[in-house]
Amino acid sequence: MMPELGQLALVLVLCLGLVQATLPLAGAALGRAEWMALARPTAAGQFVFAALAFGILAHAFLTNDFSVQYVALNSNTELPTFYKFAAVWGGHEGSLLFWITVLAIWTLAVAWSARAYPPEFTSRVLAVLGIVSVGVTSFTLLTSNPFLRLTPPAFDGNDLNPLLQDPAMVLHPPMLYIGYVGTSVPFAFAVAALLTGRLNRDWARWARPWTIVAWLFLTLGIALGSWWAYYELGWGGWWFWDPVENASFMPWLIGTALIHSLAVTERRGIFKSWSVLLAIAAFSLSLLGTFLVRSGVLVSVHAFASDPTRGLYILMLLAVISGGALMLYALRARYLEAEGGFKLVSRESFLLANNILLVIATGAVLFGTLYPMVHDALGLGVISVGPPYFNLMFVLPMLPLVLLLGIGMHAVWKSMAAAVLWKRLKWLAVGALVAGGALPWVLFGTTSIMTMLGVIAGLWVCAASLLDPVRRYTVARHLPPLTRAQWGMALAHLGVGLFVLGATVTSAYTVERDFSTRPGETLRAGDYEFVFVGLREVAGPNYDGIEAEFELRRDGELVATMRPQQRTYRVQQQTLPEAAILSGLHRDVLVTLGESLGAGAWSVRLQVKPLVRFIWLGAVVMALGGLLAATDRRYRQPVREPARAKAAGAPVPAEQRS
Amino acid sequence: MRPRRQRMLFIGLVLVGMTAAAGFAYRAFQENAAYFFSPAEIAAGKAPLERPFRLGGMVVQDSLRREPGSLAVEFVVTDFAHTVPVLYERMLPPLFEEGQGVVARGRLRADGVFVAEEVLAKHDETYMPPEVAEALARGKEASGQ
Repeated sequence: MMPELGQLALVLVLCLGLVQATLPLAGAALGRAEWMALARPTAAGQFVFAALAFGILAHAFLTNDFSVQYVALNSNTELPTFYKFAAVWGGHEGSLLFWITVLAIWTLAVAWSARAYPPEFTSRVLAVLGIVSVGVTSFTLLTSNPFLRLTPPAFDGNDLNPLLQDPAMVLHPPMLYIGYVGTSVPFAFAVAALLTGRLNRDWARWARPWTIVAWLFLTLGIALGSWWAYYELGWGGWWFWDPVENASFMPWLIGTALIHSLAVTERRGIFKSWSVLLAIAAFSLSLLGTFLVRSGVLVSVHAFASDPTRGLYILMLLAVISGGALMLYALRARYLEAEGGFKLVSRESFLLANNILLVIATGAVLFGTLYPMVHDALGLGVISVGPPYFNLMFVLPMLPLVLLLGIGMHAVWKSMAAAVLWKRLKWLAVGALVAGGALPWVLFGTTSIMTMLGVIAGLWVCAASLLDPVRRYTVARHLPPLTRAQWGMALAHLGVGLFVLGATVTSAYTVERDFSTRPGETLRAGDYEFVFVGLREVAGPNYDGIEAEFELRRDGELVATMRPQQRTYRVQQQTLPEAAILSGLHRDVLVTLGESLGAGAWSVRLQVKPLVRFIWLGAVVMALGGLLAATDRRYRQPVREPARAKAAGAPVPAEQRS
Repeated sequence: MRPRRQRMLFIGLVLVGMTAAAGFAYRAFQENAAYFFSPAEIAAGKAPLERPFRLGGMVVQDSLRREPGSLAVEFVVTDFAHTVPVLYERMLPPLFEEGQGVVARGRLRADGVFVAEEVLAKHDETYMPPEVAEALARGKEASGQ
């Protein structure tokens, strides 16, 4: 009975979505207030029923209702409760239901705060979100119903894929989905602004905090996924340029460009086309990502469903939504007038460079991701594009971006003298050059041009980000304190610097070795000795396994005892290693236990990875910066106040710079 | 800057960036795109010698051999029509199994042995890489099974 209720709730979401997608739009066009007024209650109703459907599916998992096919395929009585809940989004159908629920939450949040926007704008934003909801909900009901019954019901379930039985896996998909789906909000704002034809700075101001929040969840989601791959797959890699990773990374890159472009549009009334197009591109790439993951054209740990009709449906959805938005842009492009100009040395120029370089990087990633599929589809043979391509093509535009970032942060709007910038930054630049050139060599004994450039860039961005906050608390106390937006900018860029440092040093100085070893032997990797003490059998709630014990020593002194495992999950009979990781801010040590090689020997992989934690630390700091920027005072004020003040000719206070 | 000059500068920058990126992309592609070959295609002499490519097929049952206690391992990959011996000197991936699909990246030696630098196995019970599935289907056809 319950699953049928869930399906009914999903049908109601679709019905409410249909109303939300049509009547408010027509109402805004015809000036009928009562039709426009439907947008907010339907948004609330969608949320209620989407949450209900999600709750019912979660209930089916927690009560082991194996008469539901999706539950039978993705859960098991032995599965710990924690993972039973995570299994709700562990497969294809459930993750779509989760997509719908997250969209409903975003829509509700927009509807809630939309009282500050003009009603015809609000109703259009919500209608666009309604169109997206109809597309995804109908897709779910027609091709991927999570409430499908299984007759006869299964006695016990098939269990959740063991790779997904992990705490980070409970958080990674929700974070990523909140970010993915969140890109629909700036998209809806852009389309609503195009529909309204009022393409001034307002929509950019309103869209900015939403974009930043979506971006920060995307940042955290990607970082969690990378962290999960790092320790769960046990191979010590943190980024593989897997097509599915790329699918989440491309919206992030475009989202980053969009945040910066919106800043220019809001402050100066220029880059308008750029902002609209980036908003459309960010959401289109999110949909493309969904298509890539769900259509089965990709094969990876994420691609649990392969069904051509599903792929075709998402592709059609992408064509309708993105194509429609682009058509609308073409019709309205002539209204997108720049409201002013800027000089070569100005913040605008640096942000323009930021946008161009990020778009180039996205293009390179997109090309490398799609090319093998096109190549195969044209019958030219099956090829794969390896990480070396992506590493090169990504670093090339990113290196100038990161170097320019340090300068751009300190440039002012419109125009400034290059000499002023030089005077402010010259010692930082010299310091970063000297330290970055010398430190890798001093600390690790070897270096290369790329390593030096990476470390210089990382130190340079960290120093440039900290310059303003440090000055405010030392030599420049007479200046007003930094706003949250300024703190946010400094922190987010500091995060970029930390990430660059971590990625460079880890890539250059990781020590990784495979051994065949017997209990009692001592192995070496980097500065560490590993004493193989012995093996014992272990049993977990749903797996049996073997655990090895290693003493980690440095200069003869015991640092830690490490216990890597080899687990065999009972239901799916999969054997997976569980790496032992000793983590520290300056380095991680990993021990992975392989298989028995006969004659009492075991295969073991040892890794020492300096600064690898900076990669995720950097991402967290970036997200924190986003949080500060999104909660700046001016976004919490009634939104129409500054707009009215500006119309009356009042100057915008100087601290609103960002 | 006037809006017109601004637009010109913008378009110029984009063009320069795009051209540079396309040039680099082309070179990076030439060096890093790896083709996929099945055992049948290798037997027909289609695969290059001493250049990296990917080999896919099924690991032959009971073909896995290693000196007891040694990391180096040998196994045979088949598409049911032809076979290729593979040599690998690192830790095998967790889901590697005889009788299951596998993809190996490496080079073909003149003596016909494929020296793998990386071995990828399936991600779960039911999954078979599509190129491997296709190669197996073609191999079965060719051998008349």
